[in-house]
Amino acid sequence: MSRIKNAFDGKKAFIGFVTAGDPSLSKTEEFVLEMEKAGASLIELGIPFSDPIAEGVVIQQANIRALSAGCTTDKIFDMVQSLRTKTQIPLVFLAYANTLYKYGYESFCKKCSEVGIDGVIIPDLPFEEKGELSDIAVKNGIDIISLIAPTSEQRIQMIAKQATGFIYVVSSMGVTGVRSEIKTDVESIVNAIRSVTDVPVAVGFGINTREQVLKYTNIADGAIVGSAIVKIIAKYGETAASHIYDYVSELTKGL
Amino acid sequence: MSKGRYGVHGGQYIPETLMNEIEKLEKEYEFYKNNADFKEELDTLLREYAGRPSLLYFAKKMTQDLGGAKIYFKREDLNHTGSHKINNVLGQALLAKKMGKKRIIAETGAGQHGVATATAAALLGLECEIYMGKEDTIRQALNVYRMELLGAKVHPVETGTMTLKDAVNECMREWTSRVDDTLYVLGSVMGPHPFPMIVRDFQSVISREARAQILEKEGKLPDIVTACVGGGSNSMGMFYEFIGDESVQLIGCEAAGKGVDTDRTAATMATGTEGIFHGMKSYFCQDEYGQIAPVYSISAGLDYPGVGPEHAYLKDIGRAQYVPVTDDEAVEAFEYIARQEGIIAAIESSHAVAHVMKIAPKMDKDKIIICCLSGRGDKDVAAIARYRGIDLHE
Repeated sequence: MSRIKNAFDGKKAFIGFVTAGDPSLSKTEEFVLEMEKAGASLIELGIPFSDPIAEGVVIQQANIRALSAGCTTDKIFDMVQSLRTKTQIPLVFLAYANTLYKYGYESFCKKCSEVGIDGVIIPDLPFEEKGELSDIAVKNGIDIISLIAPTSEQRIQMIAKQATGFIYVVSSMGVTGVRSEIKTDVESIVNAIRSVTDVPVAVGFGINTREQVLKYTNIADGAIVGSAIVKIIAKYGETAASHIYDYVSELTKGL
Repeated sequence: MSKGRYGVHGGQYIPETLMNEIEKLEKEYEFYKNNADFKEELDTLLREYAGRPSLLYFAKKMTQDLGGAKIYFKREDLNHTGSHKINNVLGQALLAKKMGKKRIIAETGAGQHGVATATAAALLGLECEIYMGKEDTIRQALNVYRMELLGAKVHPVETGTMTLKDAVNECMREWTSRVDDTLYVLGSVMGPHPFPMIVRDFQSVISREARAQILEKEGKLPDIVTACVGGGSNSMGMFYEFIGDESVQLIGCEAAGKGVDTDRTAATMATGTEGIFHGMKSYFCQDEYGQIAPVYSISAGLDYPGVGPEHAYLKDIGRAQYVPVTDDEAVEAFEYIARQEGIIAAIESSHAVAHVMKIAPKMDKDKIIICCLSGRGDKDVAAIARYRGIDLHE
């Protein structure tokens, strides 16, 4: 069983996101291990990009902090390699298309496979464009995680049928960030997905409370929390680990 | 390979949230572009409101002074709102209206596209919000006020380098949060398909007119057609109808800033590499890891780290050449054309004028150059004065 499948096997998954290299790569390693201890079953690592068009202000600033600290794709691979000696938690990258393209799809996927990355989420590589990457990813055993949005409508099943790893349902319009209310009918999106595939479904964008985590893990198979964790890092920096642990423990209670 | 390709370039590299809307836009555009009523309405607006056709002006003094090829200027600076941007904006705003949208949003660099969009919104009764890098709102303060006068709301963008690329980022983010009643009126031949095609089609009126005008005036085609290139909308419009005329050399002039061998440049063709950004595959100024480079030019309208995918293709197949022009050269051209011809041209367009000044003297007198004057330079006067050490503010 792949590590990603394992994360959803017989349990609801809490997925935590951090931007790699914010505030440093050694801290990222520490934060991942803390999240695992606190009950996270999958970790999403953002590769910082100069112009992250799908991100709200919180993650945009994390990208700037990481890049200013000298974080690069190669240094992230090194960090993951070191992290893999300490944990078997599934790890997926959140990366913009240019990061992979410029590194070379072949080299990027090969490197992911070598260091133990399980999948990659690419917010600006929609269904129609993923063909240029998918064969290479499959060959290297890397899942391309498909995104489905509130506006996807008739596209839902087309995307779901080809999905691998897990499906990322975007709960809200707009960019990443904490929201007090999610208006999308996530349940009917999940139902439409389930009618064509048994690939696990996780919901993200705007989730930041235990109630929301319980609600969406009830509707789907997992919940993704990003900006709320990144906010803790923005506030506490080097000393964020224990705060992340406390926060994630609170959110995963009862899963 | 997906839709909207120009060789390997182009495509639709955008978040899933926008995919249905982009497909809808493409369908609606394909319908309306052949719809007689739409065409008639747009034609009337271009003629009665924007002031088309624009003049093809023979620059006699410049021609004599440079002593070589005959120089013609396509006077897009004389359009309503002072630049070629109105050609595309009237088309897209009318399309927005037909699609039942109530609101249009747009990015702007120098402010010319923002002003044109705000103008079209006022005319057609649409709400309008403009995203402009904070740095540019300072460089082009007058245009900010102009947009506000026209009823638009201007959002200064404070992320990244606070210039054009950041304004595009913010516009895309805004569009993903509100697609149902909003159309993103993209200002250049860039972004995801169908934008490069739509903007090119609406801008191709420039070369359609120019080609007929030069045949009427000279009885033959020009030898060289040139225009400035940032994202590339005026140049694509100026090139398009000449692409099939193999004898016509197409030259795009990009902003070299302080020089292509410095890091203070925006010359994408000279210094960029293939990448994926702002919804398209094309050439971009970027580092080895694909981080988009902070670019620089004296011209806010050319201060962009990428170039439209069709230009990238024209370069690949050798149909068009792209040359870098520095700040210094552009400023000299700005002053030269003012004195020679009594035309204050935009600093963007002055990049193309600078190249004309380089090549015309080396050409025979029976040769013809058409250069696109994409905009007027009133907006640049204070900045040029400061460049020359005169403490002048708007």
